[in-house]
Amino acid sequence: MNIHEVPQEGNATLAGVRKAVYARADNGQMVAVASQGWEVEEIVTMQAVDALKEQASAALVSAKAGIGSPLEYWMYEKRMDLGLLAQSTGLWQWRVRRHLQPLGFAKLSQKLLSVYADALGISIDQLKSLP
Amino acid sequence: MNQAARNQTPVAQTTFQHQHAAHCESGVISSLLRHQGVAISEAMAFGLSAALSFAYLPFIKMGGMPLIAYRMPPRFIIKGLAKPLNATFAFETFSKPDAGKARLDELLAQGKVVGLQSSVYWLPYFPEDMRFHFNGHNLLVYGREGDDYLISDPVFETTVRCASADLQRARFAKGALAPKGMLYYPKTIGNNGVQPEAVLGAIRKNCKIMLGPIPIVGIRGMRMLAKKIRKLPALSAETNAFVGHIIRMQEEIGTGGAGFRFVYAAFLQEAAVVTNRPRLAELADELTLIGDGWRAFALATARMVKGRDVMDPNKLADLLLDRATVEAAFFVRLRDAAQQC
Repeated sequence: MNIHEVPQEGNATLAGVRKAVYARADNGQMVAVASQGWEVEEIVTMQAVDALKEQASAALVSAKAGIGSPLEYWMYEKRMDLGLLAQSTGLWQWRVRRHLQPLGFAKLSQKLLSVYADALGISIDQLKSLP
Repeated sequence: MNQAARNQTPVAQTTFQHQHAAHCESGVISSLLRHQGVAISEAMAFGLSAALSFAYLPFIKMGGMPLIAYRMPPRFIIKGLAKPLNATFAFETFSKPDAGKARLDELLAQGKVVGLQSSVYWLPYFPEDMRFHFNGHNLLVYGREGDDYLISDPVFETTVRCASADLQRARFAKGALAPKGMLYYPKTIGNNGVQPEAVLGAIRKNCKIMLGPIPIVGIRGMRMLAKKIRKLPALSAETNAFVGHIIRMQEEIGTGGAGFRFVYAAFLQEAAVVTNRPRLAELADELTLIGDGWRAFALATARMVKGRDVMDPNKLADLLLDRATVEAAFFVRLRDAAQQC
């Protein structure tokens, strides 16, 4: 890639941040050039972001219908999954899985609620509510 | 002076020079070393630690996807520079977050610039769409002002700030590669420059990694991943997610494009001068062309993900196998060019 080919496609996922990429200058030297992004990156990044957003909105629908818990929604909203939430709270996965159910969530003690709220970086009130 | 008053006193290394870099770890460590008077570029730090790689690690999952790395694991670059620079680095982790914060403040008060491992997700200065739960990020703290830490993050063109509560969360995030508050700084540095023999040794070591016998690493890792791609069904959402993920690993933040191949080419050009072996500069040109091939692989994959071309796992597997074949020959030539005289 030469420096004139360094993509400057205004990649939306970068939100104006320019990243450094190495490219060949006219004198043959490899130099670091600021890039506004490549559509290829935008496609694969948005693919990953969209997958996370879909999980969150599916969880929101089921939480509102009463077949899922707000915890499940907030877990996906914060881009986590079962494994990461379990690691972040220090709880066993089977326990977290139980708390993701509406019944299990309803029985949560104040202490466990605060453990989850902490791990997700939100307040207990937020954790119990849905947007 | 009591603790509260000391926390209010701004400390900052005014002589510190921020550098925009392609990769976080090589960017951080080269800035840190230059601050200590070592003449070293990002590309040289990357090459001198023999950090170029390819690894397909199906048993390490991030967000349900296997880890595909185009470089050696975190801290490999920093540790790899210890021997050639005859340097020692201090690495500290903390079981208690408060202790990690106190230690950082103490080092800053001593006038040190400190490297940190952190999560990307909890750093508010990252744009929303770049914030994933990835714990292998590196940044430098060069000062503190009120409740804000002054940060040199190599992904960004200029320095940034981060409130202490946010940085604390990012340093003590859990999950794969959990940083545990890791901080590091050079303790002693023996050589202020790069020795030709060390450069040649690093190149030979890197060739060994790429040509090695482990089935998931180097050329063999590419072949194994190609085999895995070939088995994917053409019409499936999982296929799309999987191949898209490979490209994210290759082109997203912190690779400098083409899975570090361009950074390594920049290193080979510097190596040619340091060792007085022009052959290495020719090989740098070859590697740049190889990198263009990796970008063609990324482009072909993204077009299929987006539905502009029909998803064809066989074609992607062929493109990847082609990279394996080309790199297998390249690293043999590079090994020969870096032989001891």
